[in-house]
Amino acid sequence: MALEKITQVTGRGVFIPGDDIDTDRIIPARFMKCVTFDGLGEFAFADAKAAESAAGRLHPLDDARFQGASILISGSNFGCGSSREHAPQALYRYGFRAIIAESFAEIFFGNSTTLGIPCVKMSKEDIADLAALIEKTPSIQVTVDLTESKVSTDDIDFSAEIIIPGHAREPLMNGRWDSIADLVDGLDDVKARVASISYLANS
Amino acid sequence: MGKTLLDKVWEEHTVRTLPDGRTQLLIGTHLIHEVTSPQAFGMVRDLGLKVLYPKRTFATVDHIVPTDQRAEPFSDPLADAMVKELRKNCAETGVTFFDLSSGNQGIVHIVGPEQGITQPGTTIACGDSHTSTHGAFGAIAFGIGTSQVRDVLATQTMAIGKPKVRRINVDGKLSPGVYSKDVILHIIRHLGVNGGIGYAYEYGGSTFDSFTQEERMTVCNMSIEGGARVGYVNPDETTFEYLRGRPYSPKGAEWEAAVTRWKAVSSDKDAEYDDIVHFKAEEILPTVTWGITPAQAIFIDEKIPDPKDLPLKDRDTAAEAIEHMKLPAGTPAVGIKIDVAFLGSCTNGRLSDLQEVAKHIRGRKVSDHVKAIVVPGSQVVSTIAEKMGLAEIFREAGFEWRGAGCSMCLGMNPDKLVGDQLCASSSNRNFKGRQGSPTGRTMLMSPLMVAAAALTGEVSDARKVFGII
Ligand code: SF4
Repeated sequence: MALEKITQVTGRGVFIPGDDIDTDRIIPARFMKCVTFDGLGEFAFADAKAAESAAGRLHPLDDARFQGASILISGSNFGCGSSREHAPQALYRYGFRAIIAESFAEIFFGNSTTLGIPCVKMSKEDIADLAALIEKTPSIQVTVDLTESKVSTDDIDFSAEIIIPGHAREPLMNGRWDSIADLVDGLDDVKARVASISYLANS
Repeated sequence: MGKTLLDKVWEEHTVRTLPDGRTQLLIGTHLIHEVTSPQAFGMVRDLGLKVLYPKRTFATVDHIVPTDQRAEPFSDPLADAMVKELRKNCAETGVTFFDLSSGNQGIVHIVGPEQGITQPGTTIACGDSHTSTHGAFGAIAFGIGTSQVRDVLATQTMAIGKPKVRRINVDGKLSPGVYSKDVILHIIRHLGVNGGIGYAYEYGGSTFDSFTQEERMTVCNMSIEGGARVGYVNPDETTFEYLRGRPYSPKGAEWEAAVTRWKAVSSDKDAEYDDIVHFKAEEILPTVTWGITPAQAIFIDEKIPDPKDLPLKDRDTAAEAIEHMKLPAGTPAVGIKIDVAFLGSCTNGRLSDLQEVAKHIRGRKVSDHVKAIVVPGSQVVSTIAEKMGLAEIFREAGFEWRGAGCSMCLGMNPDKLVGDQLCASSSNRNFKGRQGSPTGRTMLMSPLMVAAAALTGEVSDARKVFGII
C-alpha cells in the first residue's frame, strides 16, 4: 500500500486550551452511533462548543478567525479516556492534519499515527508562545517539520523543538504509518507462532 | 535477572520486530462490541482480506443496548442498525456472538471472564479502553482503536511498542466499608491520570493477594484512568478457582496442563521493574471524585480543594471542574445532594458488587428525590442475582432493576442524565458529558457508597449509613 510520506505539515493553527482533554470531549459518545466514520468531522468538540456559547464565550473552533486551521494545539494528556478511533477520525475529517500538545494519551496517539496524523510534543512554554502568536495573527502559517523535529512559523521568528518517538516518526516519514501492510507481510510467521502456543494450537 | 509476567507473555506472543521497531504482537483473544467494530469489518472487506482466525474473536453487544425496552427493533433506529450490523458481521465471518437472545450477553469485560475466555498468560485486545480489566487474570490486555481491530481481525496481530512495568504494591488489610474501588481511586489520585503513560501497572502486595478475582477486576479495569493501557495481577489459586468449570475454561487433562502453564507465567521473585510504588491499605478511606477527571478524588471526610492550594499543573483543570460541577471549593463531600444513583458498569456491575449492596439495603428505601437504577453487567449476573433474590431486594428498596448493558456509564443508550443532574455512580469516568448530558455531573464511588447516597439523597459515608463502624 503506497501511503503518502508525511515529512511536514503546514497550515493555520488553532489553540484549544486545557489539560486532560478526553475523547468524550473530542467526540461525545452519542455521535458514535454510526457504522462508518463519514460525517464525524462536524461533531468534533460539539458539546464543548455548545457549553462555551451557553456561557457567553466562543470556543476556538467557533471563532471565525481560526476557521480552516489544520493544526490543533492543546495541553497535556490530550486524548485521554476511551479508545474510540472516532476521536482522531473526527479531527481528521474536521480538517486537522497534525496535533501539537504537551503530551498525549497512549491509545489516542497510536490511533492518530495509524491515520497519518502526526502528534508531536512541545514544551508548555513554547505552546504558550505559539498560542499567543496565533491569537495575534491567526493567518500565520505553522509548520510541523518531522525531518528537523521542530515547529516554525512563517514571517515571524518562531522555532521550537518537538519530540515524536521514532516508532511514529519513521513510519510517518516513510509512508508506512498504517501498519496493516507490514502485519500482512508477516502472516507466515503469525501462523507458525499460533501453532506453537498451546492455547491457540486448535485455532 | 528474573522476568515480569509482561516480559514472559510478550516474548511468547512476539511474531517479529517490525521495520519501525515495534513488535508484531500476536493477540490470542480478541473481543469486539457493536460500537468500534463495524468500521473495522468494513475495512477488512475493502482491503480484500478476511477474518484470519474467527474462533479467536468473541462478540457481544453492550454500549447501545437499551436496559428496559429490549425487544427489537429498538426505539433508536441507529442503535438498532448497529446491533444488526454486528450480528451480520459475525454470521458472515464465523465469529462467536453472545447475542441478546443467548442468555450470555453483557458488557464485554464482564462476559469474557465469566465465560472463561479470559485466561492467564494470554494476550487480549478489544476496541475499548477498559480492556485492562482482563489483566486481573494475569493476561496482557489492551484497549485498541478501530484500525487495530481491523489489524487483529485480518492478521490476529497488532503493531505495538513494549511498555515499561511499574509495580504497585498495596499491603495490609482494608478497613470495613473500604473496597477495591477505593483502592484504585486512591492510586489514581496519587499517581495522576497521566502517570501511567508508557507503563503497564503490575498490582501486588498482601491486599491484592487477599482480593477476590472480582475485586482485582475492579482495580485493573481503571488502570487506563491512570494512563496505563495495561494493568495486571499475577495469577494464583484465586484466579484458577474462579476459572474452574467455566464454559471456555480448559477441561479434564487440559485443565491440569493449563494450571501448570499459568503458574509459570507469574513474575519471577527477582523480576526487575522500571518503577515501584507502595501504598498502605489502612490509609485508604471511602473515596469519591469531585471533578471531571478520576484523579480529582477525595476521602469522604474531606472537602473539595481550593485550586490555589493545588500544585500549579493541576489548578486550571481544578477550576474547570469546579465550574462544571457547580460545587465551590471547600464544599464537604458529605452532604452533596444527588439526583441519580447508578449501580453497574464494567467496573462494578458484577455479582459480588450487587451482593454487597443487597446485604446492606434490605428493608431500607431510596430517597424520594433520587432515581436509582441497578444494571447487572451481564445476563448471567442478572439471572443469578434474580435467583438469589437480589433483584427483589433492590426493587423493594426502590431501585429500578434493569437488563444488562453499559447503561448510564456513557450516553449511547436511553439511560442518560438530564440537564445538570448529579449522579452518584459506580462507573469509571466522570468526564464532562460522559453520562449523556453535556452539563451532567458525575461522582465516582464504590457500589456501597452509591447505595448510601441513594438512600440518603446525598453523598454520605456508607460506613455510618449502614452501621459498619
Ligand atoms: S460499562 Fe462503561 S466503561 Fe465499561 S465498556 Fe461499557 S461504556 Fe465502557
